[in-house]
Amino acid sequence: MISPAHYVALAVILFVIGGVGVLIRRNALVMFMCVELMLNAVNLAFIAFARLHGGLDGQVIAFFVMVVAAAEVVVGLAILTSIFRARKSASVDDANLLKN
Amino acid sequence: MSHALILASPGSNSAELATFWLLAIVAVGAAIGMILTRRAVHCAVMLAVVMLILAAMYAMQGAPFLAFVQVIVYTGAVLMLFLFVMMIVGISAADSIIETIRGQRLWAGLAGIALLVLLALVVGHAAIGPAAASGPRNSSGNVEGLAQLIFTTYVFPFEVTSALLITAAVGAMVLAHRERTVPKPTQRLLSRQRVAGGHPAPLPGPGTYAQHNAVDMPALLPDGSPSRLSVSGVLANRAIEAERSGGRAAIAAEVLEPGEPADADMPDEPTGDPARDQTETSLEER
Repeated sequence: MISPAHYVALAVILFVIGGVGVLIRRNALVMFMCVELMLNAVNLAFIAFARLHGGLDGQVIAFFVMVVAAAEVVVGLAILTSIFRARKSASVDDANLLKN
Repeated sequence: MSHALILASPGSNSAELATFWLLAIVAVGAAIGMILTRRAVHCAVMLAVVMLILAAMYAMQGAPFLAFVQVIVYTGAVLMLFLFVMMIVGISAADSIIETIRGQRLWAGLAGIALLVLLALVVGHAAIGPAAASGPRNSSGNVEGLAQLIFTTYVFPFEVTSALLITAAVGAMVLAHRERTVPKPTQRLLSRQRVAGGHPAPLPGPGTYAQHNAVDMPALLPDGSPSRLSVSGVLANRAIEAERSGGRAAIAAEVLEPGEPADADMPDEPTGDPARDQTETSLEER
């Protein structure tokens, strides 16, 4: 017998993996991918909760999360390409002009 | 048939459980692989695996519309965008092993474990019961129910979403736009530069008189030394990258001086330096 708790647990695990990925990776592109993984995990939890309640509101929220994530990726990758153009590097360690 | 597959009724049986465990194990493995592999392209492939599995899970939970949106938007559009940007950012897209902040990975791992414990406690304390039977909204079909909700209850967020998307599109265009700071070079200017550059004739093609005629094989000059001009700087960079992983372009990398990556923007100067020529030949003989 499977319950929404299974899916929520999987969402928690994926969210934590994505968070650790954001913390340990230095490549901005990979960090973005990890953020996407976290957003996807949250979507999974939303859909599990929608199923738990028998309504569709959770699915609507997940839909909006997808839209916002798409917009975020577009802007983030544009920032990344402009940084890469200026600094010739995709590593977040090299974008340190404001340091000191 | 597809109806039964896509709209699996909640709590159907052990088939869903088995599918869940299979997919969950693969998804977690791919996610862990994603944060551990060093190459960005491999990360993207792992992320695609996770996203497709999540799409299957959406379908298993009675959300077929979101499953298709997941496949189309995420694995279709977002990951393609990632791959395009990877093509721009290019070869240096692998992480370095050196930690710039000391103990960063250790502390990140500890923070991850702490977050996992916290979330596990929260979820463990929440009373998540069995799934409700399909509500009245689901009975009229998933897409119809979603449409009804989006255009009635959530119509204002939906309209705000359009503003967000427009803003994101305009923002991306502004950010990716490159202002032309110098006038566009005319044909006259280009031909003058060419003559003044000491190389009015076309550059030598790759592989001339060499063992292969592949583009990454430098042409051999009459005295047997390789010509740096015959291989494009981008390829030379790539060859140096491939040499680390033992690719087939290692010979070109050896010839083209591994320590000094050629700049893609500027053509290399011809090798008039006798010392450099000597090192190149000795490298080739070795």
